[in-house]
Amino acid sequence: MDQIVLLLQIGLYVALANNFVLGQFLGLCPFIGVTKKTSSAFGMGVAVTFVMTMASVVTYCIYEYLLVPYGLVDVLATGSFILVIAALVQLIEMVIRKTSPGLYQALGIYLPLITTNCAVLGVALLNTTKAPMHYTLLEATAQGFFGGAGFMIAMLLMSGVRESLEHSNVPKALRGAPIAFICTSIMALAFMGFSGIVTLGK
Amino acid sequence: MNYWKEFVKGIIKENPLFVIMLGCCPSLAVTTSALNGAAMGVAAAAVLMSSNVIISLIRRIVPSEIRIPCYIVVIASFVTMVDLLMQAYLPPALVSALGVFIPLIVVNCIILGRAEAFAGKNNVLASLLDGAGMGLGYFLALVLVGSIREILGNGTWLSISLGRGLVPMKIFVQAPGAFLVLGLLLGFFAWLRQRRGAAKE
Repeated sequence: MDQIVLLLQIGLYVALANNFVLGQFLGLCPFIGVTKKTSSAFGMGVAVTFVMTMASVVTYCIYEYLLVPYGLVDVLATGSFILVIAALVQLIEMVIRKTSPGLYQALGIYLPLITTNCAVLGVALLNTTKAPMHYTLLEATAQGFFGGAGFMIAMLLMSGVRESLEHSNVPKALRGAPIAFICTSIMALAFMGFSGIVTLGK
Repeated sequence: MNYWKEFVKGIIKENPLFVIMLGCCPSLAVTTSALNGAAMGVAAAAVLMSSNVIISLIRRIVPSEIRIPCYIVVIASFVTMVDLLMQAYLPPALVSALGVFIPLIVVNCIILGRAEAFAGKNNVLASLLDGAGMGLGYFLALVLVGSIREILGNGTWLSISLGRGLVPMKIFVQAPGAFLVLGLLLGFFAWLRQRRGAAKE
């Protein structure tokens, strides 16, 4: 029971209270770049959630069963994580292309972009070297999945705002990215309302 | 080739943050004070210069199909070195403020972007100067964002108090203030460019 409560706490914490995009500033490039249309924002959100969950599992295992026992954390953590994530994204792309052409149509164009999405490497590091407490594999996976879900929530909200912005008369200098950041600021303000609902750390 | 131009272009004309809009994530996360911004800027500039030099040196050896993974390995090695150096020599409070964003320099678009767009095609000296200029431009941008947020949000600059008259607005050191400052700065630089463009016509 405690375990389930803890998993839910982690989920609420990374999805709402300390949202990956709006609270921790991870994954801003796709957040600004791919939110002009709701459909593409949704596709990117699904792809990132998927990759973040998988990457959490794989990098956690590498950390726990290879880097820690052999004392390689300081020197190899960053390098091995990014290479594993890059390989994983390639692998997922190949598997999806073979098994599900429909899904590939929907996600394919976003997958190559995900390797350099800092939310993915970010969650890998936050699960392991930069974790506030020692996570188990299940907790790390939960953080990856719910972090991705939080990313998707932020993407969908933002794409809704930006679709409406298309029809409004924004000052010329603020068009595009500047107004997107200003809207993000207001969204971040709203998300601060969630900040008290859960706190992490034992 | 005009080496001076390669150096200067990164500072204002092609400023990585304000003009090309690369590397937003750390520019928001760590700029709660001018000093944090400066530390991040130095780290990113150091990685950018060293990776530019190495990538320029190996550009004829690396087959173009696997150049991106090779670049990432080079960048990751330098990021690890910078990370360890900072942990060894900087005050622990500063290191923990930068937190996860030092290892995340690996996926900072500026570094891979310059490797792909410049260092993979140009000689060593030009790549070094390009890295130095872009690094300096990024450093100045981070210090600017950090200064504005620290002055408005904390009433201090580089931890020096700016008098009682300045009431700190805490929101500027938190997440919403970061987005607002960067949005307005981007708008300001876009406005400057548009005005210059209009004056030319």
